[in-house]
Amino acid sequence: MTRKDVLVQKDLLGTNKEVAAEIRKELRGRGILCVNLLSSPGSGKTALLEGLADRLKGRFRMAVIEGDIETERDAERIRARGVPAWQITTGGACHLEAKMVGKVLPGVPAAIDFLFIENVGNLVCPAGYDLGESLRCVLLSSPEGDDKPAKYPQAFATADVLILTKADLIPYLPFDPAGAAREALAINPRLRVFRVSALRGEGMDGLAAFFAEALAAERAARA
Amino acid sequence: MHELSLAASLFEILEENARGYKDARITAVTLRVGRLSGVVPELLRSAFDAYKKGTLAEGARLEIVVAPFDFRCRGCGGTSFREDPAAACAACGSKDVELVGGMDLVVEKIEVEVEDS
Repeated sequence: MTRKDVLVQKDLLGTNKEVAAEIRKELRGRGILCVNLLSSPGSGKTALLEGLADRLKGRFRMAVIEGDIETERDAERIRARGVPAWQITTGGACHLEAKMVGKVLPGVPAAIDFLFIENVGNLVCPAGYDLGESLRCVLLSSPEGDDKPAKYPQAFATADVLILTKADLIPYLPFDPAGAAREALAINPRLRVFRVSALRGEGMDGLAAFFAEALAAERAARA
Repeated sequence: MHELSLAASLFEILEENARGYKDARITAVTLRVGRLSGVVPELLRSAFDAYKKGTLAEGARLEIVVAPFDFRCRGCGGTSFREDPAAACAACGSKDVELVGGMDLVVEKIEVEVEDS
């Protein structure tokens, strides 16, 4: 018997990264800005999308892919805003993977501007899975507490945008939005930070304008 | 957590790499796990032990190397490893640092036992 070392150097998430790269290439080629939304359950991802749907309507066409462990409820909420939506129910899995998005994509209309993917509510696992997005947004709602960036650094380290949600509740809570932003920026200085209330509308026009700019920048980079 | 699905990917990689050796058994697996990967080494170890039965890695030991955070400074361009994800640059003290590593989940190497021919 002989023992020998075999150098492998293979990424456990390599297959996911390859599928994500194909999705990114396809969507960029079609001039679509793909946005992956990450957060804990209940931090307001769906409400944010409803607010964006109302503000982007008329000027842009969007579609939404919803990820949840069970039920079609989030997709129904989005459809009620006149936006096409696809629900992926993972049946227990804690995150979306690129191949799940890849299965839905052929049904998504080619003539859209934005594809928003609402990940499974979880501030840990989705951070490790590239879905082929061009922008990754992490949401942090005021009731969750301003210590979350330090406690769950993965999601904040991999995001491009931090959206502080439920800003209308800040006066009633011991939540320090500047402190939350500071801790997140210490982990990832590239983060663009927004503060919104999807319920009351505060900050939502600014966020919609940011996505419109990001879409223009993505298309300019392609040309 | 999703350690069990990662274990499934790990075994696909193991099978692929041992296929070229006749009657090979895998006796050791070295995995590099980044501090920011979100993976808990102990859970991955349990998943590995549950998964290995009946495979060619049945008798294998799993070695997990935990990789620290890996930063690049946008100020001075220096790189450093650190235990704190919000640390400043070790060389110049700038806070404008970028995480460039720590997300790894990589099968580094395997040890295979083959019959002498």
